[in-house]
Amino acid sequence: MAQPLVRTETDTAPVKTGGRWPRRGSGPALPHPDRRGLPARVWKERSAYVFLMPGMLIFSVFTLAALVFAVYLTFHRWSIIEPDKPFVGLANYRDMIHDERFIESVLNTIYFSGASVPLSMGTGLLLALLLNLPLRMRGLFRMAFYLPVVTPFVVSAILWKWLYNGDYGLFNYYLLQAHIIDDPLLWLSDKNLAMPAVVLMSVWAGAGFSMVVYLAGLQAIPRELYEAARIDGAGAWQRLRYVTIPALRPTTLFLLVMGIISSLQVFTQIFVMTSGGPVNKTTTMVYYMYLWAFKYFDMGYASTLAFALFLMLLVFTALQLRLSRRESGAWAA
Amino acid sequence: MGGVAGGAGVREAAPERTAPARRPQNGSNHFGLRQKTVTYLVLAPLAILFLAPFAWLISASFQPMGEIFSTTPHWIPQDPTMEGYKGFLNVGDLTKAQQGQGHGDWRWFANSAFVAVTITVLQTFFNALCAYAFAKRRFPGRNAIFVLFLATMMVPGQVTLIPNYLIIQHIPFFGGNDWMGSGGHGWLDSYWGLIMPGIVSAFGIFLLRQYMLSIPDQLLEAARIDGAGEFRIFRSVVLPLCGPALAANAIFTFQGAWEDFFWPLIIMSSPDKITAPVGLALFVVQNRTSWTLLFAGSVIATLPMIIVFLVFQRRFVQGIALTGIKG
Repeated sequence: MAQPLVRTETDTAPVKTGGRWPRRGSGPALPHPDRRGLPARVWKERSAYVFLMPGMLIFSVFTLAALVFAVYLTFHRWSIIEPDKPFVGLANYRDMIHDERFIESVLNTIYFSGASVPLSMGTGLLLALLLNLPLRMRGLFRMAFYLPVVTPFVVSAILWKWLYNGDYGLFNYYLLQAHIIDDPLLWLSDKNLAMPAVVLMSVWAGAGFSMVVYLAGLQAIPRELYEAARIDGAGAWQRLRYVTIPALRPTTLFLLVMGIISSLQVFTQIFVMTSGGPVNKTTTMVYYMYLWAFKYFDMGYASTLAFALFLMLLVFTALQLRLSRRESGAWAA
Repeated sequence: MGGVAGGAGVREAAPERTAPARRPQNGSNHFGLRQKTVTYLVLAPLAILFLAPFAWLISASFQPMGEIFSTTPHWIPQDPTMEGYKGFLNVGDLTKAQQGQGHGDWRWFANSAFVAVTITVLQTFFNALCAYAFAKRRFPGRNAIFVLFLATMMVPGQVTLIPNYLIIQHIPFFGGNDWMGSGGHGWLDSYWGLIMPGIVSAFGIFLLRQYMLSIPDQLLEAARIDGAGEFRIFRSVVLPLCGPALAANAIFTFQGAWEDFFWPLIIMSSPDKITAPVGLALFVVQNRTSWTLLFAGSVIATLPMIIVFLVFQRRFVQGIALTGIKG
């Protein structure tokens, strides 16, 4: 019943075909040609709000309200198990700055990002360069390297936890066989080896993603560039150095930013493989936040920790947003 | 590709027939047998290294405990067993003792499937609704709301995780809560809590909106003139034109929902309601020893991902190109 009404009114919505605006003398170039009051315009476009409604509802509760609530939490001592939740001002923030385990978790997280991001990108680039050559079975190889990306992260973590097992793990077995080591290593329980072990697993799990993105990047490089380089007498290495790598710069930048953002949020591997140990050596920021929220039940302090992470990520997410906006056109093509 | 490379010699004998610049005559630049061999010699060991953990996983899922825990690992199960897989075939409730002794629960996978499919369907639909309004409608407040959406994409999930846990706990009228949202556990430990926060994604809306911008307004106008209602236009004109973007959104959402770990970990507690990743991870963290079962469960949890990947392989790569992300 309301349908015809909605339809005839929205008929006039587009600027250029507007039925009743011209007589008011407003040209089509004006941003709001409709000079009627705000309520009238809202009413005229009410069906658009209906489209937005379900999304907005969920969004307001689980993102907007949650965000405000998160800020609120940081100013309170908010324990789930205690009935009163007093306002404590900036105490949580002060505590955080002086919390040695927090500082350590930041350093561990930077260690993880700094090691895993360049390594997966480097491996991905190498694989992409090789798979960009005219080979048989390229599809098969590509699938082999991409399979770990498709595997659920928890499964990868479980599997690698076993591979690192001190007594029965494959790593120790083959390293002992090859006489590279004389005694079995404890990998995940060794305070110097635990983080490198987690990094290695993450590189295995993530390199295939860099590979696919790099492959797309490689295929977008115009052939003429290589032809020109050949004519100038550039060898294979020089073509790689002066044509391929510079041409891949946007791809590299994109992968770098994405990689940093996701690696700073590392949690699953840590939870499954090391539980933050040994002696906090693999306690990352998110794992530390998890401990405060769901082991010590201090939601106020945990929320403060989350904002510390937010702050670290902010630089990179802002960069990512700019990149994705600038390149969404290029990517879609 | 391979065929072209193999026939290169013949092609070069008849110059100018193929694109002239494609393959120069200069032998040193030709991708010859030697380079090819070297490339394979680098690629093959790498591929084996990447695949070995999978081979081990599949093999171990068929090995009895004694064989897994032997000092020499067996790549081929010597005494194959289906025990691991059978451990998930239980029907009905498990006693606490059984849960401790290495029984799995098939419901973990059913839960994962149900939650992932529901989130995927609802999210793709609701995202598309919002994206359409942002892309094709002009209404007061549009830009402000859209910028708000964009801005919140910069907020990492961890920041809203803790407040959302408390919000979920205080949803009125659910889980024994009164109208003020207190007294019970709300949506904690329920599918509602798993699904509802995931049915809209700012990123998905952004992706779909970008895609919908390319739909010409004239098409929508034509539909309007033909008397189509607003929802009809959305369903019959806009949605069919957004195939690739909807597919990308759906694939990544499904993937993300299937392997989501943190959220189900903190809000679910009943052993029969948890999802597969949580069930498997808790198994490890609680130091239970039935690795046969664990490996079998890991294989089962990986299969849907691999199937989705194989079926939508082309879309997958397209999707990555389209969005530049993996769920």
